[in-house]
Amino acid sequence: MTQMPPLVALVGNPNAGKSALFNALTGARQKIANYPGVTVERKSGRATFDDGRPVEMIDLPGAYSLDPDSLDEAVTRDVVLGNLEGHRRPDALVIVLDAGNLDNHLRFALELIAQGLPTVVALNMVDLAERDGLKLDADKLSRALGVPVIETVAVRRRGLAPLMAELEQALKAPRPPGDPVAISFGAQNQRARDIARSVIISETAGRQWTRRMDSVLLHPVGGVVILLALLFLMFQAVYGWSEAPIGWIESGFALLSDAITGALPDGLFRSFLTDGVIAGVGSVIVFLPQILILFLFILLLEASGYMTRAAFVMDRVMAAVGLSGHSFIPLLSSFACAIPGIMATRTIMDQKERLATILIAPLMTCSARLPVYTVIIGAFIPATTVGPGIGLQGLVLFGLYISGILGAMLAASVIQRFVTQSQTSSFLIEMPRYQWPRLNDIALGLWQRAWVFLRRAGTIIFAATIILWALLSFPKAPEGSGVSQVEYSVAGRIADGLEPIVRPIGFNHDIALALIPAMAAREVAVSALATVYAIDAADDEAAATSLGPKLAADWSLATALAFLAWFVFAPQCISTIAVTRRETNGWKWPIFMVTYLFALAYAAAGITYWTARSFGL
Amino acid sequence: MQLDHLPLNRAAVIRAIDWDVLPDQEGHRLRSLGFEPGVAIEALHKGILMWRDPLAVRVGRMTVALRTNVAAAIDCELKT
Ligand SMILES: Nc1nc2c(ncn2[C@@H]2O[C@H](COP(=O)(O)OP(=O)(O)OP(=O)(O)O)[C@@H](O)[C@H]2O)c(=O)[nH]1
Ligand SMILES: [Mg+2]
Repeated sequence: MTQMPPLVALVGNPNAGKSALFNALTGARQKIANYPGVTVERKSGRATFDDGRPVEMIDLPGAYSLDPDSLDEAVTRDVVLGNLEGHRRPDALVIVLDAGNLDNHLRFALELIAQGLPTVVALNMVDLAERDGLKLDADKLSRALGVPVIETVAVRRRGLAPLMAELEQALKAPRPPGDPVAISFGAQNQRARDIARSVIISETAGRQWTRRMDSVLLHPVGGVVILLALLFLMFQAVYGWSEAPIGWIESGFALLSDAITGALPDGLFRSFLTDGVIAGVGSVIVFLPQILILFLFILLLEASGYMTRAAFVMDRVMAAVGLSGHSFIPLLSSFACAIPGIMATRTIMDQKERLATILIAPLMTCSARLPVYTVIIGAFIPATTVGPGIGLQGLVLFGLYISGILGAMLAASVIQRFVTQSQTSSFLIEMPRYQWPRLNDIALGLWQRAWVFLRRAGTIIFAATIILWALLSFPKAPEGSGVSQVEYSVAGRIADGLEPIVRPIGFNHDIALALIPAMAAREVAVSALATVYAIDAADDEAAATSLGPKLAADWSLATALAFLAWFVFAPQCISTIAVTRRETNGWKWPIFMVTYLFALAYAAAGITYWTARSFGL
Repeated sequence: MQLDHLPLNRAAVIRAIDWDVLPDQEGHRLRSLGFEPGVAIEALHKGILMWRDPLAVRVGRMTVALRTNVAAAIDCELKT
């Protein structure tokens, strides 16, 4: 039997650079960002020693102690103590310390060292400490702690080789079991501070960037204005900056569709390619630029260190509905996707607050809704400007985001009052130093998102669209009967069953048809509509025009608005429901979530439709 | 003087913390963030609009945001 590679855990305070170090050592691409609580799960990867022997590394959530206050910290404790079912206890620890923050971070290091496992300390972020005018004596720190200390800069891959060499040594010669006399928290704190003070070589007042930036970004009035302006800019940019690239992709698909129409004889296979694949999946892929712009903003906010400042600014507003600035961070992430947002709630200390945050996360407008919103807005809202640099379409999109946020606030206050019956929420968070976002990280992040999106388009969206195409194409309507193919098909008949339910809220047969496959992924609503119209088009010429104009010709404005209102609330995403089940350990809360969201969606669409109708739209 | 009344940008020291009025979790987190009697502290920013809540303070070399109700449990003394 071959020996298992040694297992080494990276542990330390939140935001110390554990994931950055993990990525540098293993070549993994764990998410790194400049706020505490980015990693919430155990992740493993493989690194190698100098001689090529493998070592299994694990990246862990940051923690302040082995006595957890939140679920992510509990993961770390379980791994370090070897309590995690199905996993062995690590053979060694790499303690990652933020060099600029020893006073506060050394205490946890002492607690970890007392575990008695072979241990190496990575004194990380020494570059930042130097920027702030702090020079430390690593050897002295090593003597004080009784374990090797290596200076590292994880993001520049500095110090990796010596770190691995020390780790190899440490694994060979296990430390004698730790001092069994557990010293108290207070005594540990005291010792940590003494050590921290003693290892300082020199200390000059740095330029205090963080403090100066904060006096602007946390300004009682200015801070609020800046946050709102940032969000507004973000949603305007999603619209304004994406127009040209979307146009290029659209023309690309149009050319492709023409080429196929020219090259293949009319028939089922050609319909499959042009109506199913290109009209359907293509109609979703064109939104890639928008999604990337949105992610660009979110990545910049996360990498710069602004995230916790936004939480600070929002705390009071969130408190009004029983939440806190802490829940604002997962909610902001949910603008990208609710799934990582729901995972990120593990960092919330108050369990009722965490539950409420999970339940409202799907109301944040995730990127999967963008295609739906954009198609409808593009078809029904004129592209005029209402002010310098402010387009009406972008404004409507902003309005949809705001509706989601207001809906979420309302839902949160009702849930906190009547469901979780919680009076408390708490906000206590470490705010990291600002950093310039590194171009590489941002580019990598965007590339990953683009890849995820295209893979989604190629798998879930493709599959759902193809199944729908097949259900729409059979059975064939009798030639010359005048019956529309869509009405005659299996899918058309299924939609007939749903139509009476959604008719009162202004939805037509096509929408009824698109709603069911859109449960797989919201974008499918768009590809489904595109496929419906492509199949029903009188001729190929008509089939080739894009979806927007067809909708504009076919739907009333009231119906379009009701459709938008529906998508603000509807929990049309099976993966979100699944992750909610996992994170709440049961079916109770996902069922509750789906029920209240569908009820809200139905009510909102209905109210929108009838209000619009009464205005004669 | 309670931390929430501390003038901004003045060096101070934590004199005492009333752990009993703090909810368990917050007390524990506060401790693990390094809040202890004798530690240097400075109030940096006072929150938003009319609420002036939460508060950003500096403890050691770290900036921490906390609510005024928690800050009220922390008794401080200005350095002269
Ligand atoms: N300047 C500098 N920045 C670093 C270094 N290591 C990490 N960072 C940055 O510090 C931030 C936090 O890094 P992460 O690797 O996400 O930290 P973590 O310890 O995994 O954090 P959690 O998962 O939240 O516990 C990111 O913005 C990194 O880019 C370093 O050595 N120097
Ligand atoms: Mg991490």
